[in-house]
Amino acid sequence: MRRDPGSDGAERVSTPLLEVQGLRKAYPGVVANDDVSFSARRGEVHALLGENGAGKSTLVKTVYGLLRPDDGRMKLDGQVYAPGSPHDARQAGVAMVFQHFSLFEALDVAENVALGMEVPPPMRELATRIRDVSETYGLPLDPNRVVGTLSAGERQRVEIIRCLLQEPQVLIMDEPTSVLTPQEVAILFETLKRLRTEGKLILYISHKLEEIRALCDWATILRHGKVTGSCDPRQKSARELAETMVGSELALPAARTQDPGKVALSIAGLTAVSGAAFGTELKDIFLEVRRGEILGIGGVAGNGQDELLAVLSGESRSAPDSILLGDLPIGSFGPNERRALGVLAAPEERLGHATAPDMNLIENAALSGRRRMRMVSRGFVNWGKARAHAEHVIEQFDVRVPGAGSVARSLSGGNLQKFVIGREILQQPDVLVVNQPTWGLDAAAAAAIRQSLLDLASQGAAVIVISQDLDELMEISTRFSALNEGRLSKPRDTAELTLEEIGLMLGGAHDLEIGQGSSRPDRAAEPGETVP
Amino acid sequence: MELGSINPVLLISALLLASTPILLAAMGELVVEKSGVLNLGVEGMMIVGAVAGFIAAVESGSPALGFLAAAAAAAVLALLFGVLTQVLLSNQVATGLGLTLFGLGISSLMGQGYVGVRPPASPRLELPVLSELPILGPVLFNQHALVYLSLALVVGVWWYLRSTRSGLILRAVGESHEAAHALGYSVLGTRLAAIAFGGALAGLGGACLSLVIVPQWTEGMTAGRGWIALAIVVFGSWRAWRVLLGAYLFGGVSVLQLNLQAAGIAIPVELLSMSPYLITILVLVIISSDKRRAQANAPNSLGRTFHASG
Repeated sequence: MRRDPGSDGAERVSTPLLEVQGLRKAYPGVVANDDVSFSARRGEVHALLGENGAGKSTLVKTVYGLLRPDDGRMKLDGQVYAPGSPHDARQAGVAMVFQHFSLFEALDVAENVALGMEVPPPMRELATRIRDVSETYGLPLDPNRVVGTLSAGERQRVEIIRCLLQEPQVLIMDEPTSVLTPQEVAILFETLKRLRTEGKLILYISHKLEEIRALCDWATILRHGKVTGSCDPRQKSARELAETMVGSELALPAARTQDPGKVALSIAGLTAVSGAAFGTELKDIFLEVRRGEILGIGGVAGNGQDELLAVLSGESRSAPDSILLGDLPIGSFGPNERRALGVLAAPEERLGHATAPDMNLIENAALSGRRRMRMVSRGFVNWGKARAHAEHVIEQFDVRVPGAGSVARSLSGGNLQKFVIGREILQQPDVLVVNQPTWGLDAAAAAAIRQSLLDLASQGAAVIVISQDLDELMEISTRFSALNEGRLSKPRDTAELTLEEIGLMLGGAHDLEIGQGSSRPDRAAEPGETVP
Repeated sequence: MELGSINPVLLISALLLASTPILLAAMGELVVEKSGVLNLGVEGMMIVGAVAGFIAAVESGSPALGFLAAAAAAAVLALLFGVLTQVLLSNQVATGLGLTLFGLGISSLMGQGYVGVRPPASPRLELPVLSELPILGPVLFNQHALVYLSLALVVGVWWYLRSTRSGLILRAVGESHEAAHALGYSVLGTRLAAIAFGGALAGLGGACLSLVIVPQWTEGMTAGRGWIALAIVVFGSWRAWRVLLGAYLFGGVSVLQLNLQAAGIAIPVELLSMSPYLITILVLVIISSDKRRAQANAPNSLGRTFHASG
C-alpha cells in the first residue's frame, strides 16, 4: 500500500487542480481525518472510497468550506485555498451535491436552485437557464414543480443543475447513486462523463465498488481517517478494492432456504392514503409472504415504502380483513396487538422512529419487547428482564457500545441498526418487516445484518425486506416485488431476474401496465421493452 | 332590542381599527414562524409595547415617539427570547411562555404610575377629497395611520416572502435549517432578525391598543389578543391574506358583539364576549381543515432547535 497517492502512474503528470496536504480534523474522541493528502487533475473522476466513518464526508466538507481543518492546507489551481464558508468555496469554483439532499421540499425547483447560487438571476430568467442546462446535459426537469413531489432521481437533478449553473471547476458528489434506479444511474454516469470531457474535476464518494470501477479514473482509499492507498480502480478487482477499504475478509451470506412453507401474512386489495404532506398513496396492494422466505420489495425512495411499512406494522390501520395473519384478520390492530401476535417491524429511520434517541438501549429494548418478552406485569416494568434482553442483543449481534446504558443517539448508524434488527429477531417473530436494513452501513455491518435475516427466515419466520439496494435484495430475497408510485408489482422468483428487468419493474413497467407507458416517461427508460 | 341603532358605516370603520393590533402582531409572528421559530411570547411583547409606548408618549407628548418606543421595547424583549432560544438553545415553548409571564409582570410594574393618565391624542389620517366620499370615505380614508400601515404590511410581507431573495432565504431557513446551513446561510442571523421584527410589530400592536383604541393604560389590557394572533397564524396556514381575514373576523365580531350588547340583545353577555374568540377559531379551523395542505405550508423546522455541529 502506497502512502503517497501521486507517486505512481506516469499518466498523472499534468499539474493537479486540487491538492490536499496533511489535512487533519479531530472531534472529541474521534480523529475523522488524520494527515490526509491527495491530488486530483482536471478532466478526472476521482473516487474517494471508504467505509462509513472512514472520513470521506469530513474530507469533502472541508473542501467545500463547511468545516475548517485543524491542520493541513489545500491548493486550488496552484493558489492557496482555504474556504471559510461554502460561499467562499462556490466563488472559487467548488460545488457539491449532498448525500442527504440539501433541498427544501416546500419550495419549487427554481427557488431551490436560486438558494444554491451566489448571484441568482431574476426568477423568470433562471427558469429559462434551468431548462437550457437540463436539456444540454440530458437531465429533464421542470423548474416550477415543488420539490416535495419529485422522485429521488429528479431531486438529485435539481442539485446537479444547481451546481452546474455556477460553472464549477470542481464538482463533489457524495454517494450520488444510493437512491437511484439502474436507469437513472446510467443517465447520471453519462452526465458525469460529459463533464469530465469538459475538463471538470469530479470528486466522487462512494462505497459501491463496481460503480467506481466503471466510472472513475483514480481512487484514493480511506480507512479510519487515513489514506490507506490510491490506485487506478479499473486495474483492480472489486475484491481487492474492498479489502483495502475494509481491511478484513468479507463474509458472504450463506444460501437461502429453498422450500417455502405456508402463507404467514397476506394483504388483499389494500388502498391507503398517506398521512404525510408529500406522502404516496398505496394503491391496490396484493402481497403474500410465506414462512421461511424473504420477500424483497425494491423501489426508489418515496414510492410508498414508508406507507407500506406503516400499514404492515399497524401504525396506519385499515379494514380488518385487508390484512390476514394466517386466517386471522389483523388490519384494524395497532402495533402493540400485532407485536403480541408476532408481527414485528423495524422502520427505516433509526433515530426517532425505530428508537427513542435520548433513551438508553435498555429502555429502547423494553419499548419494543415488553409484550413479547413479558417485561411488564401489573403495570410495572421488569427492568432486569429488559436489561437482560438488551444485553443479549448487544452480545449476539456484536453491537459495539460501552454498555446497555448508552443512549441510542450515541451509537453509530451501523451499531444502532444491528441493535434494532437484533432486538426484533430475538423476540422470535413469525413475521418481520424491515425497511432499509443496511442503509448507509459499511460492508461488514451490512453483511452481518443480511446474514441474521437469512438465519431468521431459515428458522421458519416470514421476512419482508423493503430496500433500495438492489444488490442486497438479489442476494438475500427469495422472491422480489417492486414498489412504484404506491403500486406493488407481482412478485417474481429472484433467481430468474436480471438487473435490467428489475430496473424496468422499478420504473413502473408492471405486468399490468406494459405498453401504456408511465406518467414519468424519463423513468421508464425503454417503454417498448416488456417484462416477460 | 334595537338592531336598527347599529350604524354599519361606523361598525366597519371601528372594525378596521379594532383589528389592527392583532393584525400587526400576527404579521410579525407569521414572519417569525416562517423562519422556523415558535415564539409564544406574543402576548408578553404586546403588553410591554403597550406600556412602553404609553409611557414614552405621555412623557414626550408625542404619539409618534410612543410608537417608536413601543416597537423598540418589544423588539428588545424579543431579542432576549432570541438569545435564549437561538444562542443558548433553550426550549422555545417554555421560553415563549416565560416571556409572556415576564411581559405581563414587568408591564404592570412599569405602568404603576400611569393608571388613569390620558395619553396625547393621536389623530386620524384624513386623506383629502377621498375622505369626503359617501360611505367609503369614512370607512376607508379616515383612519389612523397604523391601520394603513398594517394593511401595507400585509402586502409587504406577502411580497417579501414570495419575491425577494432575503424572503426566500428566510423561508428556506424555516423549511430546513440543516439544508440552509449546508448551503452556507446564517440560520442564527436570519432567525434573530425575524424574531426582532416580530417583536417590533407585536409592540406596535400593543401601543395601538393603549394609545389609539382604548386609549389609556390598564394592567393586562391586551386580554389574550397575543394568543389570538398566534392562533390566527397557525389556522391561517401561514398565509398573509388568511391572517388578514382572521384578524378582521376577530375585530369585526368584537365590535359587533359590543354593539349588540349596547343594543340590548337577549343573549347573555358572557356568550357575546366569548364570541369573537370562538367564531374566529371556528372559521379558521374550517378553512384549514385540509390537513395535508396545511401541513405542506407549515414551516418544517418550526420550533426545532438548531445547533450547527462542527
